[in-house]
Amino acid sequence: MAKIQAAAAAKIAEICDRHKDENTPLMMILSDIQNEYGYIPLEVQEIVSQKTGISVAEIYGVVTFYSFFSLVPKGKYIIGCCLGTACYVKGAQQVIDKFSEVLKIQPGETTEDGLFTIDALRCIGACGIAPAVSINGKVYPKMTVSQVTEVVAQYLIAEEKMKEGETL
Amino acid sequence: MSVLNIKIDGISCQAEEGMTILQAARANGYEIPSLCEFNNGECNRGSCRVCLVEATGARGLVASCVYPVSEGMEIKINSPKALEARRESVELLLSNHNQNCQQCDKNGRCELLHVAKLTGARDNMFVGVHTESHIDRLAPGLVRDTSKCILCGRCIERCKNAQGLGILGYENRGFNTFVSPAEDRSFQNSPCIQCGQCVNVCPTGALMEHSEIDKIDEAFKAGKHIIAQAAPAVRAALGEEFGYPVGTPVTGKMIAAMRRLGFERVYDVNFGADLTIMEEGTELLGRLQNGGVLPMITSCSPGWINYAEMNYSDLLPHLSSCKSPHQMQGAVIKSYWAEQNGLDPNDIFVVSVMPCVAKKYEKERDQEKVNGIPDVDAVITTRELARMIKRAGIMFNRLPDEDWDGDIMGDYTGAGVIFGVTGGVMEAALRTVYFKLTGQEKEDIVFTEVRGHDAGIREASLDINGTTVNVAIASGMRSAKILLDDIRAGKSKYHFIEIMGCPGGCINGGGQPYIRHCFLENEPDDILETYKERRAKALYSEDERQVLRQSHNNPQIIKLYEEFLGEPNSHKSHELLHTSYAAREGFR
Repeated sequence: MAKIQAAAAAKIAEICDRHKDENTPLMMILSDIQNEYGYIPLEVQEIVSQKTGISVAEIYGVVTFYSFFSLVPKGKYIIGCCLGTACYVKGAQQVIDKFSEVLKIQPGETTEDGLFTIDALRCIGACGIAPAVSINGKVYPKMTVSQVTEVVAQYLIAEEKMKEGETL
Repeated sequence: MSVLNIKIDGISCQAEEGMTILQAARANGYEIPSLCEFNNGECNRGSCRVCLVEATGARGLVASCVYPVSEGMEIKINSPKALEARRESVELLLSNHNQNCQQCDKNGRCELLHVAKLTGARDNMFVGVHTESHIDRLAPGLVRDTSKCILCGRCIERCKNAQGLGILGYENRGFNTFVSPAEDRSFQNSPCIQCGQCVNVCPTGALMEHSEIDKIDEAFKAGKHIIAQAAPAVRAALGEEFGYPVGTPVTGKMIAAMRRLGFERVYDVNFGADLTIMEEGTELLGRLQNGGVLPMITSCSPGWINYAEMNYSDLLPHLSSCKSPHQMQGAVIKSYWAEQNGLDPNDIFVVSVMPCVAKKYEKERDQEKVNGIPDVDAVITTRELARMIKRAGIMFNRLPDEDWDGDIMGDYTGAGVIFGVTGGVMEAALRTVYFKLTGQEKEDIVFTEVRGHDAGIREASLDINGTTVNVAIASGMRSAKILLDDIRAGKSKYHFIEIMGCPGGCINGGGQPYIRHCFLENEPDDILETYKERRAKALYSEDERQVLRQSHNNPQIIKLYEEFLGEPNSHKSHELLHTSYAAREGFR
């Protein structure tokens, strides 16, 4: 079993301690780790298990139950396409298919450059603006198939600019 | 606790407050067809919906295993509505179940099949896709096949309750849910100790021992000299497979049956147990007198060894270096016995009948071989032995009582017999240690303070001829952990600790017959609470019947040392009868 670096292990232990006084700390701990690292591999679950006394199998069960948690690294930009009932009848399937076509990945997968992940979400509670897409928390209301290419391009341009900024 | 007046199908009866409908019905002579419920809630309560009944005050039908009784409640088990609902629940479970029942080893002891018959489930009522199945046959001890799993959660709870481990959990969600170790790993590559407690509670064939009957058949075909040996705890439970009341010792018939299965010799592992006491007792005295690592911990239980290697590798020097009794005996069979009979050890095939599935793993270990030859070639459980007896057409209850083969290792003492129950190894060792320290036998022989039949820790402080010996006993890793953490913290006051992997010891091992209300119709309704005590009694009564009750008085043991081994802990003993341990990662 691969070992994680001491610094990361310490950080995960710190996240566990942060929630140790709560009645049911597991969801909060996993949520923080997901936000911090973008995924929760088995090695990390083992540390959480040692800190909380909850068995690895149970933690693994929670991680695989909620689509918000991931076992593999996710992209820098997570494109969450709502496929809840309202969004679905308003054409969300076509929208997510278009993202797949443009980025050449399936829902749940990450692009090779590590920039984008497409997530198929159940109802995100934004039925009034269906179909809704959320990218790293920013919500795109009433998304259409024709907008998809442009939205992706915006992120690619932003990414390009950031790189230039770094090299200057 | 107040008494409630209720009615079950129109008949007035009483129940205690706090009981579920199922418990109240059971106390009044009913066994509501149920499936997931086990051991008063050792399961994912109310998940299977098979035990539905009508009850006044409830909205719709209720799952009787979780719904509490209340004053004046009228319960209908036998109403058309309840009957139909239970049947439908079973049909729904069957719709996502691998129905190759004819080929399933659990056939005859499957609770799903049982309720299907009870409720009159109809064929193919809900045809559709099945959840993708996951099969793990990698571990020598046990096999997992999720196509037969009903997601009742008994195994998950048992692993937590007995071992404090929680190896198994639900993975994924909805239709894709299945039960497995994290990452859908094999038991072999997870922190599982292969004790088989999960197998003991599984209602279907989803968790089973890894059968080795085929291996034995192959050995017969190859013309090997097949020697069988049976552990103490097997005789206390085998009868259950043939309709005997729980706790009936069936030693004589078991020997007769094994002989009829064609084994060249039928030996008692009690001889190996006596040998273990000679070695382990000497090791303990050595450590006490020469300032060795204390407390010393017993090493008979392979489930416990697995736990120690993965979780307490820093404490491995505390473990006795003795092999477990059947491994010792296997090593003696392939050396001394082979020599006496002029046989090549490679032509000998040793079969151990064990109450255990972890022994299947143990025998595969490199540390359990002498010059590359394994001490034991196949391990079958008590249940597998029953299967072999049945398929051979042997009518167990018509057999005469026979005795063990007497050559070389036929003698055994009462000390060996009680190995099968928690505290037994401790008591057997103390009988011999007492003699070694005082030069005489303890007058009343027994050490009642170490006796028991359940999980939990027992301790005693004995003054033997001026030497104080503090001992402790734990069974099930949940209890053992408390003692181990004390040793780690340097707070342990004990000299000698007995640890057994399964709660109650081998009598409750992962290879013992299943205890279920629905299959034990003639047993009382508290059988799940009392079976361990009854099996333990069977062993203690056999001890009492023995003339020889201390391992060091076994004449063939004395002869074995004189003619072959020299003395306990000699060079030769170490070569054949002792082993070593190594730290392992849980997830490998």
